[in-house]
Amino acid sequence: MLALDRVSKTYPNGVEALARFSAEIRQGEIIAIIGGSGCGKSTLLRAIAGLDRASSGSVTLDDEVITSPHAKIGIIFQEPRLLPWLSVADNIGFGLADLPAIQRREKVARALERVGLADKAQAWPRELSGGQAQRVAIARALVPQPEVLLLDEPFSALDAFTRRDLQDHLLDLWADTRPTLILVTHDVDEAVVLADRVLVMRPRPGRLFDQIGINLGRPRDRNSPLFENFKRSVLTSLDRSLDRSVPDRDATEGPGRAMWW
Amino acid sequence: MLGVLLPASLALGWELVVWFGWSNGRLVPPPSRVLVEIAELAHSGELVRHITATLWRVGLGFLFGVVAGTLLGAISGYWSLARRLLDPTVQALRAIPSLAWVPLFILWLGILETSKNALIAVGVFFPVYLGVMGAILSVDRKIVEVGRTFRLSGFAMIRRILLPAVLPAYVVSLRVGLGLGWMFVVAAELIGAAEGLGYLLLDGQQLGKPSQILAAIVIFAVLGKLTDWLIEIGSAPFLRWQDAFSRAAGA
Repeated sequence: MLALDRVSKTYPNGVEALARFSAEIRQGEIIAIIGGSGCGKSTLLRAIAGLDRASSGSVTLDDEVITSPHAKIGIIFQEPRLLPWLSVADNIGFGLADLPAIQRREKVARALERVGLADKAQAWPRELSGGQAQRVAIARALVPQPEVLLLDEPFSALDAFTRRDLQDHLLDLWADTRPTLILVTHDVDEAVVLADRVLVMRPRPGRLFDQIGINLGRPRDRNSPLFENFKRSVLTSLDRSLDRSVPDRDATEGPGRAMWW
Repeated sequence: MLGVLLPASLALGWELVVWFGWSNGRLVPPPSRVLVEIAELAHSGELVRHITATLWRVGLGFLFGVVAGTLLGAISGYWSLARRLLDPTVQALRAIPSLAWVPLFILWLGILETSKNALIAVGVFFPVYLGVMGAILSVDRKIVEVGRTFRLSGFAMIRRILLPAVLPAYVVSLRVGLGLGWMFVVAAELIGAAEGLGYLLLDGQQLGKPSQILAAIVIFAVLGKLTDWLIEIGSAPFLRWQDAFSRAAGA
Protein backbone atom coordinates (compact mmCIF):
# COMPACT_ATOMS: atom_id res chain seq x y z
CA MET A 1 0.00 0.00 0.00
CA LEU A 2 1.12 3.51 -0.80
CA ALA A 3 0.37 6.03 1.93
CA LEU A 4 0.67 9.76 1.44
CA ASP A 5 0.58 11.54 4.75
CA ARG A 6 0.14 15.32 4.70
CA VAL A 7 2.66 15.72 1.89
CA SER A 8 3.58 19.39 1.45
CA LYS A 9 6.04 21.12 -0.81
CA THR A 10 7.16 24.70 -0.56
CA TYR A 11 9.76 25.79 -3.10
CA PRO A 12 12.75 27.89 -2.03
CA ASN A 13 11.13 30.93 -3.68
CA GLY A 14 8.25 30.65 -1.21
CA VAL A 15 5.67 29.21 -3.60
CA GLU A 16 3.54 26.66 -1.79
CA ALA A 17 3.01 24.05 -4.50
CA LEU A 18 1.41 21.36 -2.40
CA ALA A 19 -0.31 21.54 0.96
CA ARG A 20 -1.01 18.61 3.25
CA PHE A 21 -1.96 16.06 0.63
CA SER A 22 -3.07 12.79 2.16
CA ALA A 23 -4.31 9.63 0.48
CA GLU A 24 -4.06 5.90 0.84
CA ILE A 25 -3.72 3.89 -2.33
CA ARG A 26 -4.27 0.14 -2.44
CA GLN A 27 -1.85 -2.13 -4.26
CA GLY A 28 -3.08 -2.53 -7.83
CA GLU A 29 -5.41 0.44 -7.74
CA ILE A 30 -5.50 2.85 -10.66
CA ILE A 31 -5.63 6.47 -9.56
CA ALA A 32 -6.07 9.48 -11.80
CA ILE A 33 -5.07 12.86 -10.46
CA ILE A 34 -6.74 15.74 -12.22
CA GLY A 35 -6.87 19.47 -11.61
CA GLY A 36 -6.31 22.93 -13.00
CA SER A 37 -2.85 24.13 -13.84
CA GLY A 38 -0.62 24.89 -10.87
CA CYS A 39 -2.48 22.52 -8.59
CA GLY A 40 0.66 20.61 -7.71
CA LYS A 41 -0.09 17.42 -9.63
CA SER A 42 3.40 17.03 -10.98
CA THR A 43 4.95 18.13 -7.70
CA LEU A 44 3.05 15.37 -5.96
CA LEU A 45 4.14 12.80 -8.51
CA ARG A 46 7.78 13.84 -8.22
CA ALA A 47 7.57 13.52 -4.45
CA ILE A 48 6.19 9.98 -4.75
CA ALA A 49 8.90 9.13 -7.27
CA GLY A 50 11.55 10.36 -4.85
CA LEU A 51 12.87 12.83 -7.43
CA ASP A 52 12.03 15.77 -5.15
CA ARG A 53 11.73 15.63 -1.39
CA ALA A 54 8.59 16.84 0.29
CA SER A 55 9.05 19.84 2.59
CA SER A 56 6.99 18.04 5.19
CA GLY A 57 4.82 14.96 5.40
CA SER A 58 5.79 11.56 4.13
CA VAL A 59 5.36 9.09 1.32
CA THR A 60 5.36 5.49 2.49
CA LEU A 61 5.36 2.38 0.35
CA ASP A 62 4.86 -0.87 2.26
CA ASP A 63 6.15 0.71 5.48
CA GLU A 64 9.21 2.11 3.72
CA VAL A 65 9.57 5.88 3.64
CA ILE A 66 10.39 7.13 0.15
CA THR A 67 12.99 9.89 0.02
CA SER A 68 14.86 8.99 -3.16
CA PRO A 69 14.07 6.95 -6.30
CA HIS A 70 13.10 3.41 -5.34
CA ALA A 71 13.31 0.14 -7.21
CA LYS A 72 9.62 -0.56 -6.64
CA ILE A 73 8.53 2.76 -8.16
CA GLY A 74 8.70 3.46 -11.88
CA ILE A 75 7.84 6.66 -13.68
CA ILE A 76 6.80 7.61 -17.19
CA PHE A 77 7.15 11.25 -18.18
CA GLN A 78 5.23 13.40 -20.60
CA GLU A 79 8.03 12.95 -23.13
CA PRO A 80 9.40 9.45 -23.77
CA ARG A 81 12.91 10.51 -22.66
CA LEU A 82 14.54 7.60 -24.44
CA LEU A 83 18.32 7.59 -24.51
CA PRO A 84 19.15 8.46 -28.11
CA TRP A 85 22.41 6.48 -28.12
CA LEU A 86 20.76 3.18 -27.20
CA SER A 87 18.73 0.99 -29.51
CA VAL A 88 15.07 0.43 -28.67
CA ALA A 89 15.92 -2.92 -27.08
CA ASP A 90 18.73 -1.45 -24.96
CA ASN A 91 16.47 1.39 -23.87
CA ILE A 92 13.90 -1.11 -22.62
CA GLY A 93 16.59 -3.08 -20.83
CA PHE A 94 18.12 0.06 -19.26
CA GLY A 95 16.82 -0.70 -15.77
CA LEU A 96 17.91 -4.34 -15.88
CA ALA A 97 21.66 -3.76 -15.84
CA ASP A 98 22.03 -5.98 -12.77
CA LEU A 99 20.57 -9.03 -14.48
CA PRO A 100 22.73 -11.48 -16.43
CA ALA A 101 22.63 -10.75 -20.16
CA ILE A 102 20.58 -13.81 -21.08
CA GLN A 103 17.78 -13.02 -18.65
CA ARG A 104 17.84 -9.40 -19.67
CA ARG A 105 17.55 -10.23 -23.34
CA GLU A 106 14.66 -12.58 -22.62
CA LYS A 107 12.76 -9.96 -20.63
CA VAL A 108 13.38 -7.28 -23.21
CA ALA A 109 12.26 -9.54 -26.02
CA ARG A 110 9.05 -10.35 -24.16
CA ALA A 111 8.41 -6.67 -23.45
CA LEU A 112 9.03 -5.74 -27.09
CA GLU A 113 6.57 -8.40 -28.15
CA ARG A 114 4.08 -7.13 -25.60
CA VAL A 115 4.17 -3.52 -26.83
CA GLY A 116 4.10 -4.65 -30.44
CA LEU A 117 7.51 -3.32 -31.41
CA ALA A 118 9.43 -6.57 -31.88
CA ASP A 119 10.45 -5.47 -35.37
CA LYS A 120 11.90 -2.24 -34.01
CA ALA A 121 14.26 -3.85 -31.50
CA GLN A 122 17.41 -2.62 -33.22
CA ALA A 123 16.00 0.73 -34.37
CA TRP A 124 17.25 4.01 -32.91
CA PRO A 125 14.80 6.06 -30.86
CA ARG A 126 14.91 8.81 -33.48
CA GLU A 127 13.37 6.48 -36.01
CA LEU A 128 10.22 5.97 -33.94
CA SER A 129 6.95 7.87 -34.10
CA GLY A 130 5.74 9.68 -30.99
CA GLY A 131 3.36 6.88 -30.05
CA GLN A 132 5.96 4.18 -30.61
CA ALA A 133 8.50 6.06 -28.52
CA GLN A 134 6.04 6.39 -25.66
CA ARG A 135 5.31 2.67 -25.87
CA VAL A 136 9.03 2.00 -25.51
CA ALA A 137 9.05 4.31 -22.48
CA ILE A 138 6.16 2.34 -20.96
CA ALA A 139 7.97 -0.93 -21.60
CA ARG A 140 11.18 0.47 -20.07
CA ALA A 141 9.31 1.45 -16.91
CA LEU A 142 7.37 -1.82 -16.65
CA VAL A 143 10.13 -4.28 -17.39
CA PRO A 144 11.70 -4.08 -13.89
CA GLN A 145 8.18 -4.92 -12.58
CA PRO A 146 7.60 -1.95 -10.30
CA GLU A 147 4.88 -2.10 -7.66
CA VAL A 148 3.91 1.46 -8.37
CA LEU A 149 3.98 3.09 -11.79
CA LEU A 150 3.68 6.86 -11.95
CA LEU A 151 2.60 8.53 -15.17
CA ASP A 152 2.95 12.28 -15.64
CA GLU A 153 0.54 13.29 -18.43
CA PRO A 154 2.01 10.48 -20.50
CA PHE A 155 -0.23 10.80 -23.52
CA SER A 156 -0.82 14.54 -23.66
CA ALA A 157 1.65 15.12 -26.49
CA LEU A 158 0.00 12.54 -28.74
CA ASP A 159 -2.86 12.83 -31.21
CA ALA A 160 -6.32 11.66 -30.18
CA PHE A 161 -6.22 8.31 -31.98
CA THR A 162 -2.80 7.35 -30.68
CA ARG A 163 -3.82 8.45 -27.22
CA ARG A 164 -6.87 6.17 -27.16
CA ASP A 165 -4.81 3.34 -28.51
CA LEU A 166 -2.18 3.77 -25.82
CA GLN A 167 -4.76 4.09 -23.05
CA ASP A 168 -6.17 0.70 -23.98
CA HIS A 169 -2.68 -0.64 -24.36
CA LEU A 170 -1.68 0.59 -20.92
CA LEU A 171 -4.64 -1.19 -19.30
CA ASP A 172 -3.72 -4.31 -21.17
CA LEU A 173 -0.15 -4.17 -19.87
CA TRP A 174 -1.33 -3.27 -16.40
CA ALA A 175 -3.35 -6.50 -16.29
CA ASP A 176 -0.15 -8.56 -16.57
CA THR A 177 1.27 -7.71 -13.16
CA ARG A 178 -1.30 -5.26 -11.78
CA PRO A 179 0.97 -2.58 -10.40
CA THR A 180 -0.51 0.47 -8.72
CA LEU A 181 -0.93 3.17 -11.36
CA ILE A 182 -0.96 6.84 -10.49
CA LEU A 183 -1.72 8.93 -13.51
CA VAL A 184 -1.58 12.69 -13.66
CA THR A 185 -3.74 14.01 -16.45
CA HIS A 186 -5.76 17.00 -17.55
CA ASP A 187 -7.97 14.89 -19.76
CA VAL A 188 -11.27 13.98 -18.07
CA ASP A 189 -11.96 11.29 -20.64
CA GLU A 190 -8.62 9.67 -19.90
CA ALA A 191 -9.20 9.80 -16.13
CA VAL A 192 -12.60 8.13 -16.39
CA VAL A 193 -11.56 5.47 -18.86
CA LEU A 194 -8.55 4.37 -16.82
CA ALA A 195 -9.07 5.06 -13.15
CA ASP A 196 -10.69 3.25 -10.25
CA ARG A 197 -10.65 6.53 -8.40
CA VAL A 198 -10.22 10.10 -9.58
CA LEU A 199 -8.60 12.58 -7.20
CA VAL A 200 -9.49 16.19 -8.00
CA MET A 201 -7.00 18.79 -6.83
CA ARG A 202 -7.41 22.53 -6.48
CA PRO A 203 -4.66 25.09 -6.98
CA ARG A 204 -2.88 27.72 -4.89
CA PRO A 205 -1.77 25.94 -2.84
CA GLY A 206 -2.21 22.55 -4.49
CA ARG A 207 -4.42 20.35 -2.34
CA LEU A 208 -6.90 17.54 -2.55
CA PHE A 209 -10.43 18.76 -3.28
CA ASP A 210 -12.54 15.74 -4.04
CA GLN A 211 -12.38 12.05 -4.85
CA ILE A 212 -14.69 10.25 -7.20
CA GLY A 213 -14.83 6.48 -7.37
CA ILE A 214 -15.41 5.17 -10.89
CA ASN A 215 -17.45 2.04 -10.29
CA LEU A 216 -17.41 0.78 -13.84
CA GLY A 217 -16.28 -2.63 -15.06
CA ARG A 218 -13.57 -2.98 -17.68
CA PRO A 219 -13.33 -2.71 -20.62
CA ARG A 220 -15.24 0.53 -20.42
CA ASP A 221 -17.48 1.75 -23.17
CA ARG A 222 -16.65 5.39 -23.77
CA ASN A 223 -20.08 5.98 -25.25
CA SER A 224 -22.25 4.48 -22.55
CA PRO A 225 -24.55 6.81 -20.56
CA LEU A 226 -22.94 5.63 -17.32
CA PHE A 227 -19.53 6.64 -18.62
CA GLU A 228 -20.96 10.03 -19.56
CA ASN A 229 -22.35 10.36 -16.05
CA PHE A 230 -18.99 9.80 -14.45
CA LYS A 231 -17.37 12.23 -16.85
CA ARG A 232 -19.96 14.84 -15.95
CA SER A 233 -19.40 14.40 -12.23
CA VAL A 234 -15.63 14.74 -12.64
CA LEU A 235 -16.17 17.86 -14.74
CA THR A 236 -18.54 19.35 -12.20
CA SER A 237 -16.08 18.69 -9.43
CA LEU A 238 -13.29 20.25 -11.49
CA ASP A 239 -15.39 23.35 -12.08
CA ARG A 240 -16.15 23.66 -8.40
CA SER A 241 -12.47 23.17 -7.53
CA LEU A 242 -11.63 26.24 -9.58
CA ASP A 243 -14.46 28.30 -8.10
CA ARG A 244 -12.96 30.19 -5.18
CA SER A 245 -16.33 30.72 -3.50
CA VAL A 246 -16.61 26.98 -2.88
CA PRO A 247 -14.96 26.17 0.44
CA ASP A 248 -12.59 23.24 0.93
CA ARG A 249 -14.24 20.09 2.06
CA ASP A 250 -12.66 17.35 4.01
CA ALA A 251 -11.94 15.12 1.07
CA THR A 252 -9.81 12.64 2.92
CA GLU A 253 -12.75 10.39 3.74
CA GLY A 254 -13.79 7.43 1.66
CA PRO A 255 -14.82 7.63 -1.96
CA GLY A 256 -18.46 7.29 -0.95
CA ARG A 257 -18.44 10.92 0.09
CA ALA A 258 -17.83 11.87 -3.52
CA MET A 259 -21.46 11.31 -4.43
CA TRP A 260 -22.41 14.50 -2.69
CA TRP A 261 -24.81 15.88 -5.25
CA MET B 1 32.84 15.18 -57.20
CA LEU B 2 31.71 18.54 -58.57
CA GLY B 3 33.93 20.21 -55.99
CA VAL B 4 37.07 18.73 -57.59
CA LEU B 5 36.30 20.38 -60.93
CA LEU B 6 37.48 23.88 -60.06
CA PRO B 7 40.86 23.11 -58.46
CA ALA B 8 41.60 20.36 -61.00
CA SER B 9 40.95 22.57 -64.00
CA LEU B 10 42.92 25.43 -62.48
CA ALA B 11 45.87 23.09 -61.90
CA LEU B 12 45.60 21.66 -65.38
CA GLY B 13 45.25 25.16 -66.87
CA TRP B 14 48.35 26.41 -65.09
CA GLU B 15 50.25 23.30 -66.13
CA LEU B 16 49.38 24.03 -69.78
CA VAL B 17 50.25 27.73 -69.48
CA VAL B 18 53.76 26.80 -68.31
CA TRP B 19 53.98 23.94 -70.81
CA PHE B 20 53.35 26.32 -73.72
CA GLY B 21 55.93 28.73 -72.35
CA TRP B 22 53.49 31.62 -71.71
CA SER B 23 54.91 31.81 -68.21
CA ASN B 24 58.16 30.48 -66.81
CA GLY B 25 56.37 29.31 -63.66
CA ARG B 26 59.30 30.31 -61.50
CA LEU B 27 57.32 31.90 -58.65
CA VAL B 28 54.21 29.77 -59.16
CA PRO B 29 55.47 26.35 -60.16
CA PRO B 30 53.07 24.07 -62.08
CA PRO B 31 51.70 21.01 -60.30
CA SER B 32 54.11 18.67 -62.09
CA ARG B 33 57.10 20.49 -60.63
CA VAL B 34 55.60 20.32 -57.11
CA LEU B 35 55.06 16.59 -57.54
CA VAL B 36 58.61 16.13 -58.77
CA GLU B 37 59.81 18.05 -55.70
CA ILE B 38 57.82 15.76 -53.41
CA ALA B 39 59.17 12.69 -55.22
CA GLU B 40 62.75 13.92 -54.86
CA LEU B 41 62.29 14.64 -51.18
CA ALA B 42 60.79 11.21 -50.71
CA HIS B 43 63.57 9.57 -52.64
CA SER B 44 66.31 11.16 -50.56
CA GLY B 45 64.61 10.12 -47.34
CA GLU B 46 64.27 13.77 -46.31
CA LEU B 47 60.52 13.69 -46.57
CA VAL B 48 60.07 10.90 -44.04
CA ARG B 49 62.37 12.68 -41.61
CA HIS B 50 60.46 15.96 -41.84
CA ILE B 51 57.05 14.33 -41.68
CA THR B 52 58.05 12.21 -38.68
CA ALA B 53 59.37 15.24 -36.83
CA THR B 54 56.21 17.24 -37.45
CA LEU B 55 53.83 14.37 -36.70
CA TRP B 56 55.67 13.62 -33.48
CA ARG B 57 55.35 17.26 -32.36
CA VAL B 58 51.66 17.49 -33.24
CA GLY B 59 50.99 14.11 -31.65
CA LEU B 60 52.69 14.92 -28.38
CA GLY B 61 51.26 18.43 -28.13
CA PHE B 62 47.80 17.14 -29.04
CA LEU B 63 48.04 14.43 -26.40
CA PHE B 64 48.98 16.84 -23.61
CA GLY B 65 46.44 19.43 -24.73
CA VAL B 66 43.64 16.85 -24.90
CA VAL B 67 44.43 15.30 -21.53
CA ALA B 68 44.59 18.67 -19.79
CA GLY B 69 41.57 20.08 -21.61
CA THR B 70 39.46 16.99 -20.95
CA LEU B 71 40.38 16.82 -17.29
CA LEU B 72 39.87 20.48 -16.48
CA GLY B 73 36.82 20.73 -18.75
CA ALA B 74 35.22 17.74 -17.04
CA ILE B 75 35.93 19.11 -13.58
CA SER B 76 34.57 22.55 -14.47
CA GLY B 77 31.51 21.06 -16.14
CA TYR B 78 30.67 18.59 -13.42
CA TRP B 79 31.41 20.61 -10.33
CA SER B 80 30.08 24.15 -10.17
CA LEU B 81 32.41 25.25 -7.38
CA ALA B 82 35.42 24.33 -9.50
CA ARG B 83 33.86 26.13 -12.45
CA ARG B 84 33.42 29.33 -10.47
CA LEU B 85 36.97 29.03 -9.22
CA LEU B 86 38.69 27.93 -12.41
CA ASP B 87 36.76 29.11 -15.40
CA PRO B 88 37.36 32.88 -15.14
CA THR B 89 41.11 32.29 -15.10
CA VAL B 90 40.99 29.91 -18.04
CA GLN B 91 38.83 32.33 -20.00
CA ALA B 92 41.26 35.15 -19.27
CA LEU B 93 44.19 33.04 -20.46
CA ARG B 94 42.19 32.13 -23.55
CA ALA B 95 41.97 35.80 -24.45
CA ILE B 96 45.75 35.89 -24.88
CA PRO B 97 46.71 35.11 -28.49
CA SER B 98 48.52 31.80 -28.07
CA LEU B 99 51.49 32.91 -30.18
CA ALA B 100 52.21 35.55 -27.56
CA TRP B 101 53.44 32.73 -25.35
CA VAL B 102 56.24 31.84 -27.73
CA PRO B 103 59.00 34.09 -26.31
CA LEU B 104 58.16 33.01 -22.79
CA PHE B 105 58.08 29.32 -23.67
CA ILE B 106 61.45 29.63 -25.39
CA LEU B 107 62.92 31.32 -22.31
CA TRP B 108 61.40 28.77 -19.98
CA LEU B 109 61.66 25.59 -21.98
CA GLY B 110 64.44 26.22 -24.45
CA ILE B 111 64.36 26.43 -28.22
CA LEU B 112 64.14 22.67 -28.75
CA GLU B 113 61.20 20.29 -28.62
CA THR B 114 59.64 21.11 -25.25
CA SER B 115 58.67 24.67 -26.10
CA LYS B 116 57.13 23.50 -29.40
CA ASN B 117 55.10 20.81 -27.69
CA ALA B 118 53.94 23.28 -25.08
CA LEU B 119 52.79 25.77 -27.71
CA ILE B 120 50.83 23.10 -29.59
CA ALA B 121 49.35 21.81 -26.34
CA VAL B 122 48.14 25.30 -25.46
CA GLY B 123 46.48 25.62 -28.85
CA VAL B 124 44.74 22.26 -28.45
CA PHE B 125 43.78 22.81 -24.82
CA PHE B 126 41.24 25.62 -25.19
CA PRO B 127 38.81 24.15 -27.70
CA VAL B 128 38.88 20.82 -25.88
CA TYR B 129 38.34 22.45 -22.49
CA LEU B 130 35.47 24.57 -23.76
CA GLY B 131 33.96 21.66 -25.67
CA VAL B 132 33.96 19.28 -22.72
CA MET B 133 32.68 21.84 -20.24
CA GLY B 134 29.97 23.10 -22.55
CA ALA B 135 28.89 19.57 -23.42
CA ILE B 136 28.55 18.56 -19.78
CA LEU B 137 26.67 21.73 -18.91
CA SER B 138 24.23 21.23 -21.76
CA VAL B 139 23.38 17.59 -21.01
CA ASP B 140 19.60 17.40 -20.95
CA ARG B 141 18.37 17.52 -17.34
CA LYS B 142 15.47 15.30 -18.37
CA ILE B 143 17.80 12.53 -19.47
CA VAL B 144 19.76 12.79 -16.24
CA GLU B 145 16.46 12.40 -14.40
CA VAL B 146 15.87 9.13 -16.23
CA GLY B 147 19.18 7.98 -14.81
CA ARG B 148 18.07 9.06 -11.35
CA THR B 149 14.78 7.17 -11.56
CA PHE B 150 16.83 4.04 -12.28
CA ARG B 151 18.93 4.91 -9.22
CA LEU B 152 22.16 5.49 -11.09
CA SER B 153 24.63 7.44 -9.05
CA GLY B 154 28.19 8.66 -9.29
CA PHE B 155 30.20 6.48 -11.59
CA ALA B 156 27.24 4.66 -13.17
CA MET B 157 25.59 7.98 -13.99
CA ILE B 158 28.77 9.21 -15.65
CA ARG B 159 29.30 6.01 -17.62
CA ARG B 160 25.76 5.35 -18.74
CA ILE B 161 24.33 8.86 -19.14
CA LEU B 162 26.91 11.67 -19.14
CA LEU B 163 29.64 10.05 -21.21
CA PRO B 164 27.47 9.03 -24.16
CA ALA B 165 25.62 12.34 -23.97
CA VAL B 166 28.77 14.46 -24.27
CA LEU B 167 30.54 12.26 -26.80
CA PRO B 168 29.35 13.99 -30.01
CA ALA B 169 30.41 17.42 -28.77
CA TYR B 170 33.66 15.96 -27.49
CA VAL B 171 34.56 14.55 -30.88
CA VAL B 172 33.87 17.92 -32.48
CA SER B 173 36.12 19.63 -29.94
CA LEU B 174 38.88 17.09 -30.62
CA ARG B 175 38.68 17.85 -34.32
CA VAL B 176 38.80 21.60 -33.72
CA GLY B 177 41.70 21.06 -31.33
CA LEU B 178 43.58 18.99 -33.87
CA GLY B 179 43.10 21.70 -36.50
CA LEU B 180 44.62 24.23 -34.13
CA GLY B 181 47.41 21.78 -33.34
CA TRP B 182 48.38 21.74 -37.02
CA MET B 183 48.24 25.52 -37.13
CA PHE B 184 50.53 25.86 -34.14
CA VAL B 185 53.05 23.30 -35.31
CA VAL B 186 53.71 25.51 -38.33
CA ALA B 187 54.19 28.51 -36.07
CA ALA B 188 56.50 26.54 -33.80
CA GLU B 189 58.59 25.22 -36.66
CA LEU B 190 58.83 28.60 -38.39
CA ILE B 191 60.33 30.03 -35.24
CA GLY B 192 63.24 27.68 -35.13
CA ALA B 193 63.63 24.09 -36.17
CA ALA B 194 66.18 21.99 -37.97
CA GLU B 195 63.60 19.59 -39.36
CA GLY B 196 59.89 19.33 -39.91
CA LEU B 197 57.48 20.51 -42.57
CA GLY B 198 57.56 24.03 -41.16
CA TYR B 199 61.32 24.00 -41.61
CA LEU B 200 60.79 22.98 -45.25
CA LEU B 201 58.57 26.04 -45.68
CA LEU B 202 61.16 28.38 -44.22
CA ASP B 203 64.01 26.71 -46.07
CA GLY B 204 62.12 27.02 -49.35
CA GLN B 205 61.59 30.71 -48.75
CA GLN B 206 65.22 31.38 -47.88
CA LEU B 207 66.57 29.41 -50.83
CA GLY B 208 63.95 30.80 -53.21
CA LYS B 209 62.38 27.42 -53.97
CA PRO B 210 58.61 27.96 -54.23
CA SER B 211 58.14 24.37 -55.35
CA GLN B 212 59.48 23.18 -52.00
CA ILE B 213 57.10 25.54 -50.16
CA LEU B 214 54.18 24.27 -52.16
CA ALA B 215 55.26 20.69 -51.60
CA ALA B 216 55.24 21.27 -47.84
CA ILE B 217 51.83 22.94 -48.04
CA VAL B 218 50.40 20.02 -50.00
CA ILE B 219 51.75 17.56 -47.46
CA PHE B 220 50.31 19.65 -44.60
CA ALA B 221 46.92 19.51 -46.29
CA VAL B 222 47.11 15.76 -46.79
CA LEU B 223 48.27 15.06 -43.23
CA GLY B 224 45.71 17.42 -41.69
CA LYS B 225 42.90 15.81 -43.60
CA LEU B 226 44.20 12.33 -42.82
CA THR B 227 44.45 12.83 -39.06
CA ASP B 228 41.04 14.49 -38.97
CA TRP B 229 39.67 11.52 -40.84
CA LEU B 230 41.26 9.17 -38.30
CA ILE B 231 39.32 10.86 -35.50
CA GLU B 232 36.18 10.67 -37.59
CA ILE B 233 36.38 6.96 -38.34
CA GLY B 234 37.67 6.22 -34.84
CA SER B 235 34.60 7.80 -33.27
CA ALA B 236 32.10 6.63 -35.88
CA PRO B 237 31.17 3.34 -34.15
CA PHE B 238 30.19 5.27 -31.02
CA LEU B 239 28.18 7.89 -32.87
CA ARG B 240 26.18 5.66 -35.16
CA TRP B 241 22.97 6.72 -33.40
CA GLN B 242 23.62 10.28 -34.50
CA ASP B 243 24.67 9.24 -37.94
CA ALA B 244 21.40 7.48 -38.52
CA PHE B 245 19.69 10.74 -37.80
CA SER B 246 21.73 12.94 -40.12
CA ARG B 247 21.45 10.41 -42.88
CA ALA B 248 17.68 10.24 -42.54
CA ALA B 249 17.33 14.01 -42.32
CA GLY B 250 20.04 15.04 -44.76
CA ALA B 251 20.27 12.83 -47.83
